Amino acid sequence: MASMRDIKRRRVSIQSTQQITKAMKLVSTVKLQKARVHAEATDPYFRHMYDTVRSILARSGSLDHPYLQKGASDTIAVIVITSNRGLAGGYNSNVVKLITNHPDQFPKDQVELYCVGSKGRDSLERFGYDIAGFNADAVEEPDYMTAAPIIKKVLDRFEAGEIGEIYLAYTHFKNTVTQVPEMMKLLPLEFDEGEIAPEEANLIMNYEPTDTEALDMIIPKYVASIFYGALVEAKASENGARMQAMDSATNNAEEIISDLSLKYNRARQGSITQELTEIIAGAEALA
Amino acid sequence: MADESRNFDVEIITPDRIFYQGQAEMIEFNTTEGEIGVYKNHIPLTTVLSPGIVTITIHGGEEQKRKAAVHTGFAEILGDKVTILAEMAEWPDEIDVDRAKAAMERAKKRLADKRPETDIMRAELALQKSLVRINIKG
Repeated sequence: MASMRDIKRRRVSIQSTQQITKAMKLVSTVKLQKARVHAEATDPYFRHMYDTVRSILARSGSLDHPYLQKGASDTIAVIVITSNRGLAGGYNSNVVKLITNHPDQFPKDQVELYCVGSKGRDSLERFGYDIAGFNADAVEEPDYMTAAPIIKKVLDRFEAGEIGEIYLAYTHFKNTVTQVPEMMKLLPLEFDEGEIAPEEANLIMNYEPTDTEALDMIIPKYVASIFYGALVEAKASENGARMQAMDSATNNAEEIISDLSLKYNRARQGSITQELTEIIAGAEALA
Repeated sequence: MADESRNFDVEIITPDRIFYQGQAEMIEFNTTEGEIGVYKNHIPLTTVLSPGIVTITIHGGEEQKRKAAVHTGFAEILGDKVTILAEMAEWPDEIDVDRAKAAMERAKKRLADKRPETDIMRAELALQKSLVRINIKG
């Protein structure tokens, strides 16, 4: 049985860990509120952009546009959004797994990774993937003006024919307790025919300048806005995941502390009883 | 007099907020092809915006106009609805004229002494944006 002093030392150490996890939980709760408000404010743009692009494509019928077709190259670009800091439970590794668990869809020699957030870059680098681009700041304070240049770089490569497809791996923020890692195809654009209402499709849409030129300009904005929306959601998800991880860490610490307290009290009681028996035995021997 | 049936829905949305949402009798804005004004029952049109001033004429007892600076984006015009998706939009009272003037000077200087590494497109866009900001204030 561990000595009283050992138990006490262990308990104090766990108590100070618990203080840290408690503080981190509080911090991420506050950050989560902020990020969630931000995510909710971005949502209309995100949704309208999606609806508009979808309805444009529905109305214009079959357009022959490079953004709607797979590029000539076999290279697949994946934009990976993770966090810069750990202690967020499975948040980062779940996103990384979207790639590493599908080697047939994303073979190492054909994938080009653009990482946002250092945790994802570090672990994917360890897996032996090729990291083509990296940015750490975009996830800290997502804003549209820093997001746009990152996506522009990837789009330029797509336009130049060096990339065939563009995917986006991020964590969808469903609510405070549920965050779902998601792999999303950005380009070429694909919409299910079933999604389009027939009366929508019957309206003839006009374009100014021409339809190709309009799409040339709109689709990059669409992709940029989806990327930006994903960044904002990822930020909210990160804090949600961290809040939960820290919450369960605090609870676990609580459990261990109460367990250790019980053991400590037993040990103390045991030693008192032992001392008493020794004294009584000594007194009896003298009598 | 204002006639209810002439109104249509207008939405101006930026990545960070719903900038404007409401009814209007007419909306005017700047596209890459020139300025256009839209009334109700316009033909369906999707058009690309260039930096400029959006003027929303809101129906009411007296004619009421609201102006805003909008930079790059696109507009989807349907018979009874106009949706503008802009990367940036500002009301006049949100604009810092001194900053806009400084940006204008910077862009002008960059365009005046062109070097091979100068991104002319970007400088021109910056100049356009700052001019719009100054115009709407002045």
